[in-house]
Amino acid sequence: MNATMGVSLRTRGLRFGYRESPLFHGLDLDVAPAEMVALIGPNGSGKTTLLKLLAGTLLPDAGEVWIGGRSLPSLPPRERARVVGVVPQDTVMTFDFTVMETVLMGRTAYLGLFGLEGPEDLAQASEAMRRTGTLAFSERLLSHLSGGERQLVVIARALAQRPRLLLLDEPTAFLDIRHRLEIYALLSRLNAEEGLTIVTTSHDINLAARYCGRIILIKDGAVRADGPPAEVFRQEVLSEVYETPLAVVSDAVTGLPYALPR
Amino acid sequence: MSPTETLTKPTHDTSHAGRAAVHRFRRGRALLVVGSLAVLLAVSILFSLTVGSTSAGMLDLLLPSRASDESAAILLGVRLPRILLAAAVGACLSAAGVCFQALLRNPLADPYILGISGGAGLGAILATALAPAAGLAVTVARPAIAFSGSVAAVLLLLAMARRRGRLLPETMILMGVVMNATIMAAIMFIITMADFSRYAGTMYWLIGNLSSPSPGELALVYACLVPGVAVLTLIGQGLNVMTGGEEMASQLGVNVPRLRWVGLVAASLVTAAAVSLAGLIGFVGLMVPHLGRLWLGPDNRLLVPASALLGALVLVLADTAARALFAPTQIPVGVITALFGGPCFLWLFARGGERSRSGASS
Repeated sequence: MNATMGVSLRTRGLRFGYRESPLFHGLDLDVAPAEMVALIGPNGSGKTTLLKLLAGTLLPDAGEVWIGGRSLPSLPPRERARVVGVVPQDTVMTFDFTVMETVLMGRTAYLGLFGLEGPEDLAQASEAMRRTGTLAFSERLLSHLSGGERQLVVIARALAQRPRLLLLDEPTAFLDIRHRLEIYALLSRLNAEEGLTIVTTSHDINLAARYCGRIILIKDGAVRADGPPAEVFRQEVLSEVYETPLAVVSDAVTGLPYALPR
Repeated sequence: MSPTETLTKPTHDTSHAGRAAVHRFRRGRALLVVGSLAVLLAVSILFSLTVGSTSAGMLDLLLPSRASDESAAILLGVRLPRILLAAAVGACLSAAGVCFQALLRNPLADPYILGISGGAGLGAILATALAPAAGLAVTVARPAIAFSGSVAAVLLLLAMARRRGRLLPETMILMGVVMNATIMAAIMFIITMADFSRYAGTMYWLIGNLSSPSPGELALVYACLVPGVAVLTLIGQGLNVMTGGEEMASQLGVNVPRLRWVGLVAASLVTAAAVSLAGLIGFVGLMVPHLGRLWLGPDNRLLVPASALLGALVLVLADTAARALFAPTQIPVGVITALFGGPCFLWLFARGGERSRSGASS
């Protein structure tokens, strides 16, 4: 059985602030299993912070996060890593590991006392590399790869965790158009074929609209719009949230909304 | 429509069986590396036994009946303990260096630079100065107080370099360097104020010096070394993941506070054991892990045991040179490691332009 059933994600009354400035004051969010959601919003709106709260990397000042019905603080790191995979904007390792070694790090939460990988770990890592198209450079050093290739490897590492929820922070931030499309198409395929629940932040709102069935627009730690791209992409709302005059047109080919500066 | 379909197709077939074979090969290579280093170490110990004022050939060592009782007593009672101490100290400092470099994500971290050796040193000096007055035997008090000193140095560093429960590696290294300088000043102050004749050996000790230890001292250092290196090897994959940052490690399932704690305690323990008996030997904890990484790659599960063995080998040879080069004058071994290690390290860094496997340094 190969299908990973995605898990649900829920927050209630999430409060968080850096030092004196509160960012979230009581955020409620529900993501159903197998949804693919994009979090969009201007710089400083709290997207990355929210993602870290969902990943358990940051602890909320108040409120709770449930993943698949289990409260996040009740999951020890090892168990959490078998449910939630996280892909950061960019990955820098102090020492030069190969692609294979990097992807195998995704199996850390499955290793026994001696910390050595077994056949199952190798099989999962190869499968993750096959899915992401990274097998071809498995023996190269991570630092010798281009930004796009490296991001695919980091996604492979997350997939090797066999997660049921994938959280991505701006996964295409440093990538060219080809790799942006490639990564979103890959995510969309994982979502469709395996039912993996995916939440990603994005500044490329048009790409998000093209691949994600649901868009959540946040600003100043509050949800400003939430729904399918056609509902969220309203000229006045986007222009106000991004504080920039934006026009929303319809893509002639896909029929999806497209925002561009006016 | 999207270019993905062609891009994500694997360009050559790599079956699971093939992957597993590659991995078995890797594991075989790891065993081969550790095994060869162990053999080399044994040979270097035998060689070192033959060097000195009481001469003995390799054959005499392997056939004890050939050696006279007197020379056997010198070889086994005096020279062998010193060689075994050199091996242990080299292994301790190198294994600790690997661990600090991974935990602090910096190839320059080592017990000496961070002031952890210095902390043990200050403890040892205080013990030498105060133990007689307190009615304690120096040989008993010194290792214990040196250990407390290194643990205190680590705890102080941890306390100062933490923000919101996270450890800031760069801060910790800078603070370590400054703390080390302060500790050195404190040590010099104590030596200046105290009766200098009582500290005849102290100057040697400050730059790192080996002498023949008592059986008890030797047992102590091995009692720290063996479990310490075992623990550091077992947490090897955790250390690997930590080199990508604490956030990433936590997301991959590592219990970061626990791993950091286990790693720092084990590394401090072996550092303290080494420093309390051999003084402040520099460069071994820096050079050996660096060489190991160039040769074997950054996987700490192999790098920890391999660096321990390589460090033992290096210090046995360095101490042999220290004993023999200008015999009958013996040079402190720390002089040898610094004279050879320093330039060697500079050379490695200078040619770092071509990117080697030890990444961030270049």
